[in-house]
Amino acid sequence: MLVDEKIAIEHGLKTDEYKKICKLLKRTPNITELGIFSAMWNEHCSYKSSRIHLKKLHTKGKKVIQGPGENAGVIDIEDGDAIVFKIESHNHPSFIEPYQGAATGVGGIMRDVFTMGARPIANLNSIHFGSTQNKKTKNLLRGVVHGIGGYGNCMGVPTIAGQTSFDRSYNGNILVNAMTLGLVKKDKIFYSKAAGLNKPVIYVGSKTGRDGIHGASMASASFDEKIEEKKPTVQVGDPFTEKLLLEACLELMSGDSIIAIQDMGAAGLTSSSIEMASKGNLGIEINLNKVPCRETKMTPYEIMLSESQERMLIVLESGKEEIAKKIFDKWNLDFAVIGKTTNTKNIELFFDNKQVANIPVNTLVENSPMYDRKWKKSKLPKKNKIDKTIFKNLKIKDTLKKILSSPNVCSKEWIWQQYDHTVMGDTIQKPGGDSGVVRVHKTDKAIAATVDSSATYCWAHPLTGGKQVVCETWRNLISVGAKPIAVTNCLNFGSPEKEENMGEFVECVQGISEACKYLDYPVVSGNVSFYNETKDIGIKPTPTIGGVGLIKDYKKMITMNFKEIENIVLVIGKTEGHIDQSLLSRLILNENNGPPPEVNLFNEKNNGLTLLNLIEKNFIKSAHDVSLGGIITAISKMCIQGNKGIQFKKPKFLINEIEYFFAEDQGRYLIEINPKDFKEVSKILDKKSLIKI
Amino acid sequence: MKSSVITFPGSNCDRDMDVALTKFGFKNKMVWHNDQELPKSDLIVLPGGFSYGDYLRCGSMASKSKIMNSVINFAKSGGLVMGICNGFQILVEAGLVPGVLLRNKYLQFICKNVHVKVDNKENTFFKNLDKKVLEFHIAHNEGNYFCTNDQLKEIEDNNQIAIYYCDLNGNTNDQINPNGSIKNIAGIFNKEKNVLGMMPHPERMIDESLSGEDGSIFFKNLLNNIK
Repeated sequence: MLVDEKIAIEHGLKTDEYKKICKLLKRTPNITELGIFSAMWNEHCSYKSSRIHLKKLHTKGKKVIQGPGENAGVIDIEDGDAIVFKIESHNHPSFIEPYQGAATGVGGIMRDVFTMGARPIANLNSIHFGSTQNKKTKNLLRGVVHGIGGYGNCMGVPTIAGQTSFDRSYNGNILVNAMTLGLVKKDKIFYSKAAGLNKPVIYVGSKTGRDGIHGASMASASFDEKIEEKKPTVQVGDPFTEKLLLEACLELMSGDSIIAIQDMGAAGLTSSSIEMASKGNLGIEINLNKVPCRETKMTPYEIMLSESQERMLIVLESGKEEIAKKIFDKWNLDFAVIGKTTNTKNIELFFDNKQVANIPVNTLVENSPMYDRKWKKSKLPKKNKIDKTIFKNLKIKDTLKKILSSPNVCSKEWIWQQYDHTVMGDTIQKPGGDSGVVRVHKTDKAIAATVDSSATYCWAHPLTGGKQVVCETWRNLISVGAKPIAVTNCLNFGSPEKEENMGEFVECVQGISEACKYLDYPVVSGNVSFYNETKDIGIKPTPTIGGVGLIKDYKKMITMNFKEIENIVLVIGKTEGHIDQSLLSRLILNENNGPPPEVNLFNEKNNGLTLLNLIEKNFIKSAHDVSLGGIITAISKMCIQGNKGIQFKKPKFLINEIEYFFAEDQGRYLIEINPKDFKEVSKILDKKSLIKI
Repeated sequence: MKSSVITFPGSNCDRDMDVALTKFGFKNKMVWHNDQELPKSDLIVLPGGFSYGDYLRCGSMASKSKIMNSVINFAKSGGLVMGICNGFQILVEAGLVPGVLLRNKYLQFICKNVHVKVDNKENTFFKNLDKKVLEFHIAHNEGNYFCTNDQLKEIEDNNQIAIYYCDLNGNTNDQINPNGSIKNIAGIFNKEKNVLGMMPHPERMIDESLSGEDGSIFFKNLLNNIK
């Protein structure tokens, strides 16, 4: 098939991008080559609209072993241990086919983690659906939850925390963000950088089929009414094979056979082989007839673009083929030597003894397009003037009931009971708390992890929203007694080709970066998902942040349930009565405008570190951060989980009662302490706002 | 006391079981499904997980593994065999305990704490247990125990029901039944009571930081009974 501009455009490339390809190659690409370019140059793989801005993220820190750019980020948790973690989106496929979309999202992120030599120890997810009134929501929710559970449960990795939200803006584009944490010894981390000439390139795992061809391109475009036709671009997951692949890879990794390893995720064999060659500044030669195929008569184009799951590409030390093959045979997995590293710095593909592609690796990676797209700065909306008489007519009890029963606040037990959250025998804080916590196997340490996003705040003011999400995860970690270390981010936005959306992206990234820098809480990994749009309607900007922290002595972990009657409850942080963009405002007052609550990074850090200090000194019986729905919502959750009540002292409110209870001012925590410790704690806190159980 | 835990492709509670058995004083060995011979053991455990991905039918392919011949012989000669969750499904498929395990009644995977009532203490697994109701943990998609009326009568006549799902006080009723199991059955014995299959995971309840500690009671008691 001869390639021309029309075919290039059908592949999602723009006219000038096609011209650039011809110029770089000094000829017209053949169809296989065009397929490879389209896979490498789409938004999903090349980050062409986001790269320029992602450089501004704060990514450095004392605990960072590996920042963005590898399969996942790595942080130091002392004693020679490290945590590998990353979050990734699987939004587009999950909307088309919720079960497989979500399942393969979970499978993909786990592969990213064990590719680096780490055994996955915890999964998290952040899932966002349309309005509960939307007729599609129920099926999508059910499918996604089944998919996440189906994959994670079979792998035997506990799903320890998550977030679920419902908002009209996701009616046509749901979000499924999956995060995995893995544990590895610091000196046994594996990277994707190939090295050495004539080293064997090995294919292991499942066979290659025709599923998922153009998956990455599909995820780089908006949806229209032809969405049903895209079903074949969704990959099909096989968690059983992935479990075998995990065990086989870890077994091989315990030796010294591997030079580089890379999973075949988006754009399959294409991106994995090119990334390894690019990082090693080498060429790679592959004989496509050697690739294990599930279907007959697959063409080079199909083999290179398939996104069949559960596959890995490995560059081995010469002479280690037999050792490696033995391990993969034991686990009943395909194993094939499909090529070798070369000094040509080209990717050369052969099929039926003919060369079917020959592309300089740098043209695909370094020379890939990068755009500084136009973006629009957003203004901070004006504060709403709320008529105080409205508050007088609101009954606290009725308002609280409405808020507690709203889909974004109510218990998500129905969801997380479908996830195995206790397998591996180290889950010490289950879903439903501020963070999930797992012990580091056979040590006194524990790792806390949380995932959060606040699209409403980001939509109202992206810069503030970006900061707020980072702080929210920071608080979630502190609330369980963990010292926050680093984050991973999943940036879900509409089309970057629209100035408004691009502006939301740029400013959210700026907010995230500012907060991460101030809190010494760097970004070590992440991904970007643009084009979350259907028929021109985009989602609210939804940057999702996954935070990870360390608890040095797991027995000091804190939970949110009230522990004992007669204890006193204090609020850390100032309540100023910010109602705009709060749940009260949106749900009860039907007011969607106004600025989000201000984020004061100084207070945030100060309050958080103070609480950690109190926890270290064993004063804290329970703690919970104040977020959606304000103080009274947070307290209700502590009461419900602890099966206790609370009695408020008649407080001297400086603001209206409703404002006090439902405001969503940032940087606040509720803590339960023993009355005998009150003086000491007060000295440290030097604050007021007393409430007594 | 010596124990062996069999690892099938897709087992994922094998390590957890090893940790639990070792913690309470068993000398445990991990055995690969493709082996022929069992090491000398006082107890064989088939752990939870998704052997062969639960494809075809849960436990069916694993029940045909090479090692299962030895497990079946070991059981028939009176050796103690325990199958947890997927291990229970394998026991059922291997014909070592009666009945079948269907998909949960509400068609969902369930992961939560449950209470179980121990009725029959005239066996090595539960003898001398000083609690009647234990708090255990379940995590399964196919734990809905079913058998024919004739089988049920036989099972009841032989006192083969090991544990029932119940409330805190030991009452069994439909409301407390998590998966639709007939008679709230959570675990059963073979006729001779040397083979136990149960859905709950005692190995997930072995220290105070986890979901509970009743698993510790179970394992300590089991070890004493075997000694």
